[in-house]
Amino acid sequence: MFPRLVYESFRHQARRKLLAGIAIALGVAVATAMIAVATNIGDKINRELRSYGANLIVTPQEDTLDVEVGGVNLKPPSDGAFLNEADLPKIRGTFWHNNIIGFSPMLPVTVKVGTGREAQDVTLVGTYFKKPLSFGKENFTTGVSITHPWWKVTCGDGKESPSCGWPTDDSQNVLLGERLAAKMNRKAGDTIEVAGRELTVSGILSTGGAEDEQIVAPLALAQQILGMPGAVRRIYVSALTKPQDAFAVRDPKTMSPEVYDRWYCSPYAQSIAYQLQEAIPHSHAEQIRQVAQNEGVVLSRIKGIMLLITLAALFASALAVSAAMATAIFERRIEVGLMKALGASSLAVSTFFFAEALLLALVGGIAGFSAGALLARHIGHSVFSSQISIEPVLFPVILAIAVFVSFAGSAAAIRRAVKFDPVFALRGEG
Amino acid sequence: MMSAIPGMLQTPKQVADRRARAPHSSRRYSMFLRMLFRAAVVRRGRTTAALLAMIVAAAVATAMMNLYVDVQAKLSGEFRNYGANVVIIAKDGRALPADALTKAESVLGPKTLAVPFSYAVARTKDGRSVVVVGTDFARARQLNRWWKVSRWPAAPSEALIGMRAATVINPNPSANRQPFELTFQGKAIQLTPAGMLQTGAGEDSRIYLDQSQFQNWTGVVPSTIEVSANGTAAEVEAAIRQLAQILPDADVRPIRQILEGEANVLNKTRATLYASVTLVVLTSALCVLATLMGWVFDRRRDFAIMKALGASRRLISGFFAAEAAALGVVGGVVGFFIGIGVAAWIGRASFHAPVVPRLGVFPYVLIGSMIVALLSAILPIALLRRVQPAIILRGE
Repeated sequence: MFPRLVYESFRHQARRKLLAGIAIALGVAVATAMIAVATNIGDKINRELRSYGANLIVTPQEDTLDVEVGGVNLKPPSDGAFLNEADLPKIRGTFWHNNIIGFSPMLPVTVKVGTGREAQDVTLVGTYFKKPLSFGKENFTTGVSITHPWWKVTCGDGKESPSCGWPTDDSQNVLLGERLAAKMNRKAGDTIEVAGRELTVSGILSTGGAEDEQIVAPLALAQQILGMPGAVRRIYVSALTKPQDAFAVRDPKTMSPEVYDRWYCSPYAQSIAYQLQEAIPHSHAEQIRQVAQNEGVVLSRIKGIMLLITLAALFASALAVSAAMATAIFERRIEVGLMKALGASSLAVSTFFFAEALLLALVGGIAGFSAGALLARHIGHSVFSSQISIEPVLFPVILAIAVFVSFAGSAAAIRRAVKFDPVFALRGEG
Repeated sequence: MMSAIPGMLQTPKQVADRRARAPHSSRRYSMFLRMLFRAAVVRRGRTTAALLAMIVAAAVATAMMNLYVDVQAKLSGEFRNYGANVVIIAKDGRALPADALTKAESVLGPKTLAVPFSYAVARTKDGRSVVVVGTDFARARQLNRWWKVSRWPAAPSEALIGMRAATVINPNPSANRQPFELTFQGKAIQLTPAGMLQTGAGEDSRIYLDQSQFQNWTGVVPSTIEVSANGTAAEVEAAIRQLAQILPDADVRPIRQILEGEANVLNKTRATLYASVTLVVLTSALCVLATLMGWVFDRRRDFAIMKALGASRRLISGFFAAEAAALGVVGGVVGFFIGIGVAAWIGRASFHAPVVPRLGVFPYVLIGSMIVALLSAILPIALLRRVQPAIILRGE
């Protein structure tokens, strides 16, 4: 009898049940989407923060002092220590290699540009643009196009064409800083004479920094000019890190083995720097404080705000669901009157309504969860152009919340409906 | 008040007396108002529920919109911790004009930081080169908050020593508070290290001095001014244009790394916030719609009686619409103030700074509440219109 009652109720009041079901599905969809977005936002914004560039720098341990003013190096070129290019792929072998987005080696060389009287001293920086490398069985590409996303390459005459752009890493082509290019009156496709070599300018580089007055070349070319194959002055590393806390800044030398393991296995800028130092012999790795220190603050602010908005969304959707349930039950006082007049106990009537609510919540919850997953995906694609993953464990949780909220929303209405005198209800007064 | 609520046990004479006392011309309107008022009082429970839903939805919407506007401003402020986003550099190694800083500040306004830097290469006692920078410490400290400094210089003869520069001036780290000597073009100066500077970038290789001390010693005037310009990308661009105009002898350049990084993160955050806030506001609007539609639908008997008594369609629709509008206005206004309070509390909890109430949100909340309320009144009436009053009154 009981299943039939519920079944008939759904069959005859299809429209109303549909409305309540839609309300639940909408509420659940919003809740699902918001929870998915809120749990992913930290990771997504962390990646976006990488557009500020590298947050770690690796230098030779025995490095001499930089004597540099306004991007012009005043130090004798062969002075100081170097890192070995062959050690670079080892960066991918560190514990947190999945968190390392990319790295670029730098080798500044002071060169004479031009011939005869017009010759001038210019800094030429050798680096990777988009270099394919491999570590073990793993292949990856890295270079300034990843670690320095604000670097822009144009043709120098305001036009963009496929003939100019980034040079390849094995070529003899270079990028000319835009201020230097304006001074020398060169554009993409022209040749310049650098240290007695004819080099082709493949594009004009604009960075808003010191590189605007420099020449940027493939690392191998800079090493040839310097006459030191395999030499690298410093390495910029862009890594996803965890915001710094009191634990992060502790000195690993004073830690007990367990604490050390925990520190080593947390993606703090400090511990990643420590691991880079281990991977590359005779190196010193440090965080670039301008980038590394600020991202933690920005990240925690955005996370906090999203958490609050998620709570507001959960609250609003809970309200929507309970309002829909209350309205649906309130409209059925006459039925309650009839059931009670026929001798149904309050318990039986309540059970009947709760069974209905359960059914609605389950169906609406499943539909809403799928819709919410789609919505989260859509937000992920349109805002971050990447996937927003939904934990499978979220499904039962969301469903349980939907059932709970539907029950809570119905409870007050059911109590009132049950308490109502059947005589009045049947007379249509109420 | 009492005369507006007639008791049940009035004799016909009393009723007639009261009616005679009522101003004749406004009888129809007073009846209309009385119906509105009575409807709210008699069905107190349902009306309160509908009003509550309205208030909660308006409050949530207000808080969300307030946050949406305010969070962007607050986040922009956070991004200023990254330091300068514009740099003014003297052209071709010449010095900046002496009044460059005052000129720049007059364009930028009092809230913007502008910090002068001057550079020289000095020699240590054992003949090694080191870059010495003159600056205004009070301003540099505000601009570059990520600088890790063990102690800021207090006296003019004290210098801030970069981590790596420290090894050059004094290879013995235990004696790093000892005075040292630097020479620039034959002129020597005695300095005391105040503290160590650590940044992980070029600053580590430099020694920082107070500007006036630096200028007395080297005669070099500032060649660079770093500016931290507030505001949106367009505002920063406008500031750059103004600076270039007032300082024709200098290059004014945006620091693209900072500007583009900020624009990127802020745009993504704004888009996410926008999507989330829209979802929340829509959900609360739907919640109100469902509640209010139930509330109006529930009153189909009033509707039927009015129709049976010969009220015109327009009057009935007008009555229900006026009721819904009143509910929308009251709910919208009360909800707005509650929402402002919630937003202020959230702002304090997450930013430790008060959120300025955005009164500009008010019209949107009010109009939104009215629209939702009217929509939820008109939809059920459109449905009921086709039904015969007799059927409704029979309770079917």
